[in-house]
Amino acid sequence: MTKSFDILIVGIGGQGTILASNILGEACLREGRHVKGAETHGMAQRGGSVETHIRIDGLYGPLIVPGTADLLISFDLLEALRYSHYLKNGGKMVINRQMVLPTSVFTQKTPIPTESEITGQLARFDPCLIDADRIATEAGSSLAQNVVILGAASWSIPLKAESLLAAVKKLVPPKTVEANARAFEMGRAFGRAR
Amino acid sequence: MERHYLLGNEAIAHACLESGIGFASGYPGTPSSEVVDVLRMQKDLTFHVEWSVNEKVALENALAAAWCGLRSICTMKHVGLNVAADPLMTSAYTGVTVGLVIMSADDPFAHSSQNEQDTRCYAHFARLPCLDPAGVQEAHDMVSTAFAISEEFSLPVLFRPTTRICHSKGDVELGAIVPNTKVGEFHKDPRQYVVIPAHTRILHKKLNGKQPALKKRLVELGLNHYTIRGKTAIIASGIGAAYVQELLPPGVSFMKIGAYPIDEAWLGEFAQKHEKILIIEELAPVVEEAVRQVAGCVPVFGKINGYAPYEGELSPAVVAGIMTKAGFLEKNPFTAPDPVPDLPLRPPILCAGCHHRAAFYAMKKVFGESAIYPSDIGCYTLGLQLGAVDTTICMGASITVGSGISHSDASHDVICTIGDSTFLHTGIQGLMNAVYNGASMTVVILDNRITAMTGHQPNPNTGVTATGAESPPISLDAICRSCGVTFVETVDPYDLTGMLRVLEEAKKKKGVRVVIAKQMCVIAARRAGVKRGRYAVNPEICTGCGTCVKFGCPAIEFVDEKARTNELCSGCAVCGRLCPVGAISREAKK
Repeated sequence: MTKSFDILIVGIGGQGTILASNILGEACLREGRHVKGAETHGMAQRGGSVETHIRIDGLYGPLIVPGTADLLISFDLLEALRYSHYLKNGGKMVINRQMVLPTSVFTQKTPIPTESEITGQLARFDPCLIDADRIATEAGSSLAQNVVILGAASWSIPLKAESLLAAVKKLVPPKTVEANARAFEMGRAFGRAR
Repeated sequence: MERHYLLGNEAIAHACLESGIGFASGYPGTPSSEVVDVLRMQKDLTFHVEWSVNEKVALENALAAAWCGLRSICTMKHVGLNVAADPLMTSAYTGVTVGLVIMSADDPFAHSSQNEQDTRCYAHFARLPCLDPAGVQEAHDMVSTAFAISEEFSLPVLFRPTTRICHSKGDVELGAIVPNTKVGEFHKDPRQYVVIPAHTRILHKKLNGKQPALKKRLVELGLNHYTIRGKTAIIASGIGAAYVQELLPPGVSFMKIGAYPIDEAWLGEFAQKHEKILIIEELAPVVEEAVRQVAGCVPVFGKINGYAPYEGELSPAVVAGIMTKAGFLEKNPFTAPDPVPDLPLRPPILCAGCHHRAAFYAMKKVFGESAIYPSDIGCYTLGLQLGAVDTTICMGASITVGSGISHSDASHDVICTIGDSTFLHTGIQGLMNAVYNGASMTVVILDNRITAMTGHQPNPNTGVTATGAESPPISLDAICRSCGVTFVETVDPYDLTGMLRVLEEAKKKKGVRVVIAKQMCVIAARRAGVKRGRYAVNPEICTGCGTCVKFGCPAIEFVDEKARTNELCSGCAVCGRLCPVGAISREAKK
């Protein structure tokens, strides 16, 4: 079996999981490491729950098996819970504190989960919960939430922070490089303080 | 050479550029679409690239280009190959002058498809070679090999990456781009290109004659290979081979199949050296059947005797389960923890402000629950969640299923939905047929001016080609009228009152009636800079009746017995029009 470092990034279609994957992949290239990944495209993206697998030093398949992920990064609180069974014992979790309520709870009148209920269920994973919207807005763009979360998670990722930051600068739209670089640093500072 | 972190389809597209292609065509379909999307975005194009109106059209165009001496790639998803099957079968007879690679992307687990068919079965059926990559780098490398095989044997070559190749990423080593310098020229040769019976009988014999050398060549090229490590063996193909390599215990031989047809003599020799063989492959038991034919009394474990599933996709966990069951692993290394139960689902959903939702709402309002709603393939298949999709089979089958029902069940209104791209793909024939044969039904063309679901590819209705050049406008109205439809009305579905009025009129008429519900795709509109302003609910007026919530827009929430809108609102205004008490209106500018 390969000893890859397996990261599952989850969220909702449109939240930037694919950019996050590209940043990790680019950082691997900079360090001369192999990397494999898998993502959700097509119809399933339309506001649906999406998952991106990244295997740093991965040599074979792109998929992470439930119960084996080293790190779970979630851009949405509810999605973190949905995919929590992917995490191995002792794996790390870095999660956006915010939650987009699924339309299904309104149309099907199911009980609406609250933030405290979900954080309670996640407590056994000792997650790093991050107010990504606030930090991203402070950094200069609320669209940089994915980069904030990546910054917070960077302590748990076996890649140099410089490689990740260089990848962020290369891959975000040119006009947003400064805001995203700040978002990464602020996220990273938050992750350390914790 | 520099390494890049690329999507499988991006790597495949780059490999086409490295192979000096002169022609590219395709019809969008997940998971294949990004190949032509990457090719069409290249600067200083040295080749022709097009989104064709359907896969049959795409393949016939690419075949002709290959006859003219241009290396050609034609892309589609697996079910698109059904549409292109007619030219595919006979293209094996006529062959090609230079390389033609037909990429048909399979979708095990039907992530974004109506079935789980296997392109390798078509390759066997047509007697064409088929390459089957196990990873992103191999998918890239196989493209140039596919062109070489196509030219060596003068045959089109099928190339079948799966979803977990097309939409996987990996660090890939790329080669240099070779700009096309060839100018195509068609040389007449009726015995090759005119398949009258006298010619085709000879061509069929030629095709069959190519098979033995082809099988040997695929082994020589290293596409099919093995390592002997013990008395038991695993034979795997496609992404399954990658999963097996992660789990392969010491002392177990491994054979990787990357190309078909498989050389039986070579396969038999390997099989006879082992006491037990396990087959790991997705979809149909193509490798397994080949192995069983040559295995003699060596026990074979696979789908046919219940060790592996026919349906769904493989994963390391599934493969480990099969290996354990067949005795190749003592213990499954994965524990398969259960997901947290009963979480609210988050399925894909029509976007906030999608005009299909408004059209479905109006249709249901006018035609009611008892009407029958055949539908088609596109974002609007998600209308299922709104109770406005009763059937979906394949591209273009809304109008045809609708007319079939109208002839067979006179007690219900039939109102079918089809998108503009799907209508142009295979819908027009159904409409012509319905009018010609006297069906009574309403057809709603959900016209968003683009092929949205697969990533916003242009079609003849968009006004631009794949490369962004302006194209002559086509008129859906005129197409419908020329098919003999007399009631054709175009209406903006955001104008709920107008939409309801037109549908009421249509309902009163007999025969085939067409309503064209025309509005820009909300994503395309946002990208084009259309800003309409958000709508908001006035909690003082809202009675909490839930009418807007039932509409199902993700921009509408319902908390503490009142509706409210969120930041997803695109300003389509439809909820404002359907609120019975007028509580929803455009938000005042801050």
